[in-house]
Amino acid sequence: MPKDHGIGASSKRREDVRFLTGQGRYTDDINLQGQAYVHFLRSDVAHGMLKSVDTSAAAAMPGVVRIFTGADFEGVGGVPCGWQVTDKHGEPMQEPAHPVLAQGKVRYVGDAIAAVVAETKEQARNAAEAIELDIEELPAVVDMKAAVQEGATKVHDDLTSNLCYDWGFVEENKPAVDAAFEAATHVTTLELVNNRLSPNPMEPRVAVGDYNPGTDDSTLYTTSQNPHVIRLLMGAFVLGIPEHKLRVVAPDVGGGFGSKIFHYVEEAFCTFAAKACRRPVKWTSSRSEAFVTDAHGRDHVTKIELALDADNNFTGIRTDTYANMGAYLSTFAPSVPTWLHGTLMAGNYKTPNIYVNVKAVFTNTVPVDAYRGAGRPEATFQLERVIDKAARELGVDPIELRRQNFITEFPYATPVAVEYDTGDYEGTMTKLLEMIDRDGFEARREESARNGKLRGLGVNCYIEACGIAPSALVGQLGARAGLYESATVRVNATGGLVVMTGSHSHGQGHETSFAQVVADMIGIPEDQVEIVHGDTANTPMGMGTYGSRSIAVGGSAMVRATEKIIAKAKKIAAHLMEAAEGDVELKDGAFSVAGTDKSVAWGDVTLAAYVPHNYPLEEIEPGLEETAFYDPNNFTYPAGAYACEVEVDPDTGKVDICSFAAADDFGNVINPMIVEGQVHGGLAQGIGQALLENVSYDENGQLLSASYMDYTMPRADDVPNFQVDHSSQTPCTHNPLGVKGCGEAGAIGSPPSVVNAVVDALQRAGHTNVTHIDMPLTPTRVWAAMQG
Amino acid sequence: MTQVTMTVNGKSVSGDVEGRTLLSDFLRDGLRMTGTHVGCDTSQCGACVVHVNGEAVKSCTALALDLEGADVRTIEGMANADGSLGTIQQAFQDYHGLQCGFCTPGMVMSAAALLKDNPTPTEQEVREYLEGNICRCTGYHNIVKAIMAASGQDVAAVAAE
Repeated sequence: MPKDHGIGASSKRREDVRFLTGQGRYTDDINLQGQAYVHFLRSDVAHGMLKSVDTSAAAAMPGVVRIFTGADFEGVGGVPCGWQVTDKHGEPMQEPAHPVLAQGKVRYVGDAIAAVVAETKEQARNAAEAIELDIEELPAVVDMKAAVQEGATKVHDDLTSNLCYDWGFVEENKPAVDAAFEAATHVTTLELVNNRLSPNPMEPRVAVGDYNPGTDDSTLYTTSQNPHVIRLLMGAFVLGIPEHKLRVVAPDVGGGFGSKIFHYVEEAFCTFAAKACRRPVKWTSSRSEAFVTDAHGRDHVTKIELALDADNNFTGIRTDTYANMGAYLSTFAPSVPTWLHGTLMAGNYKTPNIYVNVKAVFTNTVPVDAYRGAGRPEATFQLERVIDKAARELGVDPIELRRQNFITEFPYATPVAVEYDTGDYEGTMTKLLEMIDRDGFEARREESARNGKLRGLGVNCYIEACGIAPSALVGQLGARAGLYESATVRVNATGGLVVMTGSHSHGQGHETSFAQVVADMIGIPEDQVEIVHGDTANTPMGMGTYGSRSIAVGGSAMVRATEKIIAKAKKIAAHLMEAAEGDVELKDGAFSVAGTDKSVAWGDVTLAAYVPHNYPLEEIEPGLEETAFYDPNNFTYPAGAYACEVEVDPDTGKVDICSFAAADDFGNVINPMIVEGQVHGGLAQGIGQALLENVSYDENGQLLSASYMDYTMPRADDVPNFQVDHSSQTPCTHNPLGVKGCGEAGAIGSPPSVVNAVVDALQRAGHTNVTHIDMPLTPTRVWAAMQG
Repeated sequence: MTQVTMTVNGKSVSGDVEGRTLLSDFLRDGLRMTGTHVGCDTSQCGACVVHVNGEAVKSCTALALDLEGADVRTIEGMANADGSLGTIQQAFQDYHGLQCGFCTPGMVMSAAALLKDNPTPTEQEVREYLEGNICRCTGYHNIVKAIMAASGQDVAAVAAE
């Protein structure tokens, strides 16, 4: 019997009412008295010397308040990078400066050169067009491998080369890994591209800066997944504003998928300009601007090798990856191809020897950073593709080959520095096979063949590291931040309560699911619990929402704070009932004394806390408000098995997804409806990567896919109904809710099964030379593969 | 600037607009009705869909000045008279047809237009009709389910989870 409230119930989302009636309050819905508008003049060349920026004619245009250029930001800090990777020689990565507005050079199409502040949007845009630029164009650095050749044009003249770092992981393991390959019976090698993507949350980024000269307080309203992080980075590293004079508000945010984690120059600009102009300053990105300014994702070129012994046991994995950083280091960019990628190369399998090499490269393209999954999709894709290829080369069943190599005992320490606390990969695979009717595949294939279509089945597993992350660990790995989470639980006198969380909800439904947890713990209705997030002025310092961390880390902080509340409330209740504290129980919103008929209601206790007439003041303070900061001691490890069936049109190469099934293990689940929705969305993004989406640059660094006319977003008729299941549950062993996180699984787990399915379809149709096709599997690419 | 007068959600409104002012800008900036969203600049995403004289229109493709006397309905006008969610809105909540909520106004307005013309669409008809509405969060599964449920169909059969 499904629960109808509390933990485990599919409670309907309370936030939906405002979103469904047009009453959401997104950043662009905020209009401040007297606000001016910003238009950025951006580089239309990928690489060039900025010889002059003449604003004189533009400054005289109607409505112009002020025009800013790089010169206005001399002496102002640049946008910082939040993660320092150490290379395989023990040296720090190369870290270029990233000015708010370009100084001396432009480095990608979209690089901000000047900003016009004007009375209206149109006046700002018109004036920007009147700015005269003299740019001496330089050769564009686009191809990663060419970028690190001797003598290549440098993106940053003050760096020694375009190589950000050359990372080896684990470097000391390399001789043993090489020895495993020497001893292998079979080695399967695969070279592949993990295609560059644009995250594309439907809400474009917006920033509104405000300044109060009377108090010297600055406020930034911004489309962010982590307002406290923005406040810290922008205040401390860019503008020199102490946190107590800077407030950052991220109200309703229309999707993020990673792209709204990072501190962007437009945020710093609007905050700076509001103070300089003494009036609110607003910037709203167009979609065209979003394509050339929102951090992109993925963009790896990889060679992976898998070694097997005579019994088909995996004995070694060796990878060599080029990872695109773009023109500057976005906030967490260096961590994505390293600690979020190399650490997951064991996947679900007990491979004893693993070595990962990653060369991160600067190019004249938009900065690349975390996008849904961030490093883990890249790890999963190469591993699950090479296993499929190995199975084919060895003539064994790809599912059985996986099963044979599954990790079955936990905790399991991988050779790539993480310890899986729990899991059941056989369990999710068994569940998946129940879902997909594999035995019926041959009949479905024959039916497709009768209709002139080639049918294929692809299966893969995935694991991810979520609940990011233990601060001490990430500190050793180069993070310049802690990654705890926070919650303050404020109980009101009449018993309702407010949870102020450092997590941020931008589609995940925290206002509903977080309330379910607290209501369940106390035994009160969910509508007695309000969740507040997104404003540094009324939430404790928290690190925000990304990496499927919110319920695992933010939820745990909330549990800890609520436990403190309950402990104090029990003391008060004990006093009211004249009982020993140890005898007091809280159940269904009432305190009672075991073995007696003594009872006080939750509301009686909360009222006593704030009206302490009969109260143990000598022992405890009045009031009922507690804060907790939770720092996990490990990542969480959601895992699962996915399957996809496709039909390929042999005449055109078009791929249709016939069915997609996902069997996930997320540990305990708070709200199954929300969890399933998260998986659906991730699957669509993963299928989008596999079949449709691609950020494409030409050799001059011009972005060819800069609108929805050219960048193929998945639409409703591109994706099927999904079969999803999360009944395989191995609860996380180290957080109080036993949760693992579910936000990224779909995007991580789905691309390999799509590609595996297409290769399977082609192989079954006799195209035995087709062992791989690079994503996206457009009709052109699939058709070409069939010709070859 | 020229004055334009139209009916929005049953109320007569007027404002001064430039020749180039889009209906989406007139609603958002002129009337401060921010329920209608703008998610792209190439008329692809559909977040800005409203009804003009009963037809679904991307409000970023319509000039406000062309709509003198028009009858416009936006997401703010979709609830029942007592303020409760309308049938389509309620189905979106019941079937979790939204996450971040940004595309939602356009989705609801498109769904309403679909069901007016085709009261019991098949799943494929819903998917094809939504060609002009992009959602990045939901994978469409629950949107399709919500729209079919709003049409009174049994969605357990057509959209097993």
